[in-house]
Amino acid sequence: MDDVLTAPMVVEFPFTRSLGPVLSAFLTGLRERTVLGVTAADGRVVVPPTEYDPVTAEEIRDLVEVGQRGTVTTWAWNGAPRRGQPLAHPFAWVLVRLDGADTALLHALDAPEGPDSVTTGMRVRVRWAQERTGAITDIACFEPAPHDTPLRGRPTSHPGTFAEPVTSLVAAARLDYTYSPGRAQTRYLNALAEHRTKGERCPECRKVYVPPRGACPTCGVATGEQVEVGPAGTVTTFCVVNIKAKGLDIEVPYVYGHIALDGAGLALHGRVAGIPYDQVRMGLRVEPVWTEGGRHPDHYRPTGEPDAAYETYKELL
Amino acid sequence: MTSTEPDPGQVAVVAFAQSRHARATEGLSEVEMLLPVLRDVLGQTGLSTGQIDFTCSGSSDYLAGRPFSFTMALDGVGAWPPIAESHVETDGAWALYEAWVKLLTGEAETALVYSYGKSSVGDLPEVLTRQLDPYCLAPLWPDSVSLAALQARALLDAEATSERELAGIAARSRAAAADNPHAQVRGTSPDAATLLADAYVTQPLRRHDLPPVSDGAAAVVLATGRTARRLTSRPAWIRGMDHRIEAHSPGARDLTRSPSTRLAAEHAGLFDPGAPPVDVAELHAPFTAQEVVLRDALRLGEGTAVNPSGGPLTANPVMAAGLIRIGEAAARIARGEARRAVAHATSGPCLQQNLVAVLESDGPAEDGSAAGGSAEDGLVKDGSVEDGQGGEGV
Ligand SMILES: [Zn+2]
Repeated sequence: MDDVLTAPMVVEFPFTRSLGPVLSAFLTGLRERTVLGVTAADGRVVVPPTEYDPVTAEEIRDLVEVGQRGTVTTWAWNGAPRRGQPLAHPFAWVLVRLDGADTALLHALDAPEGPDSVTTGMRVRVRWAQERTGAITDIACFEPAPHDTPLRGRPTSHPGTFAEPVTSLVAAARLDYTYSPGRAQTRYLNALAEHRTKGERCPECRKVYVPPRGACPTCGVATGEQVEVGPAGTVTTFCVVNIKAKGLDIEVPYVYGHIALDGAGLALHGRVAGIPYDQVRMGLRVEPVWTEGGRHPDHYRPTGEPDAAYETYKELL
Repeated sequence: MTSTEPDPGQVAVVAFAQSRHARATEGLSEVEMLLPVLRDVLGQTGLSTGQIDFTCSGSSDYLAGRPFSFTMALDGVGAWPPIAESHVETDGAWALYEAWVKLLTGEAETALVYSYGKSSVGDLPEVLTRQLDPYCLAPLWPDSVSLAALQARALLDAEATSERELAGIAARSRAAAADNPHAQVRGTSPDAATLLADAYVTQPLRRHDLPPVSDGAAAVVLATGRTARRLTSRPAWIRGMDHRIEAHSPGARDLTRSPSTRLAAEHAGLFDPGAPPVDVAELHAPFTAQEVVLRDALRLGEGTAVNPSGGPLTANPVMAAGLIRIGEAAARIARGEARRAVAHATSGPCLQQNLVAVLESDGPAEDGSAAGGSAEDGLVKDGSVEDGQGGEGV
């Protein structure tokens, strides 16, 4: 079997998210070195605060200010931090119940003395980030607070109002993949690199798929028999593109069409050029134009043959 | 289509197939990985794709790294001309739940459920951070192993388990997988004492506390009443199924307990008075400590064999691992090895969401004359996907 193609693929998706009143107050509070919680229906103080009661789901809005010191309720030693995590050197993940809170907040604990220095029940305090923008990362991490004792008493009410509140956050994310198109499309792409177009025939209905995806969507069976199609084909339908695509170096207007290569059971799409855009028509006979080193046809141009009769391609529309 | 509504006991698993799970199915696209499993499960029932009333699948675009990735997999089920089809962006156990509900409405008599995941394409612990709360959790990129380690530490602190017990769970799972050709971590299994000599991966977790990273697929055929009996001589009847969810934030929960699993089990009828004992439990506990939580939530005693397939500690194709639990439980019933089985699936960080299904046999094994169809007897068949071994930790 041929080696299957792979390529690195990076997916980045910066979502902009609205915060709503509770999270806006919480994250703006962090910017101002203030940690807020919310009082749930049963009187428990939830930190980080939620807009809805964790038990009853009713809307909750009563904000309180909690302490900046707390107690570790559980921990895990992260000896090999990953990209994006709060600290670049080994640290402990901790759930911290801040003084005055009844739930725990997830964050990193900077523990330079290693895992042996971390215990459940240890006292820790917030280390604020130098630059704060209104995000959970405004807490740089926690650090040990030895000899510290928990504050007693209920937390005090807080209006949650600050100057210039943050109302949204941009959640940037990047994930890295190694993409493979699979065996069928590898066969197709390798043939294309040799300027040949190879489809695959369904063993049951005999239809030839171009490009092949490995299975016949009608029969639900694997395709495998390679069939060379084209090189020429027929324009089955087309559109005229009048808006320039970002990053695409093609003058508008141009024609993008569905092209049924001779022998193929369905049409693929490609640009039609070498003819004025307003003269492209259904039934036009075309052939691929390859550029030096290109893995795909750059475009299709007229062959000069007479147009194909509608009956020859009507099933391929 | 049937016009009479079957009662809730009248939907059965009639066939199950899965791939030979591997660290990486080199060079197979998702549909290429899935197709042999679909052919296998349909072949067991003698049904063609066009004879299935409803199709439901589970997968995740975040694993594949591409939007609407499930549409490509639809090529494998013969989706043209159009079929009645649905998709859930979570484990296939939830796709099975949707199909079960569909069958209970009387709108369909047969359903094909499948799910698949190729974790090898990306960095799984990192990908799974993207399922977390985007405000207070996801910006910290807490990987799935670290979150599971927080849960394990909470259990150890509460003396609900010990590192030795966790190693024992791993050793038992690996030994059980020795005769499961679909498992990824198989073969001679070190005992707990040997496993405990390993260094921590993410303290308190050692490599054996983690599932392997797996590529794989699974498929199940469901059928109602008489159709189920026609398709197999030994249907595994779904006596009840429910799923429940807890607060998302791990710090808002008691990580040593799983009230959502308990509640789902109650609603699925697991604790019904007078019900026969549970012979087999297939638990979707990718981390050893989670099995401790689930055994307690499901009130499993010594008489129940837990994860006789080896469970997710020996093959963990994300998005399929929960569906496989239902399939494995059904397969035990089909083989006459269990009368009553419970299957569990989970989703989200630290067992946030849990599904419980209770499956039962007809009673004493029937002879083949009761079945009029073309079904083969045993349910478990190989998907002819590439073999692969070696448990590389997450
Ligand atoms: Zn076909």
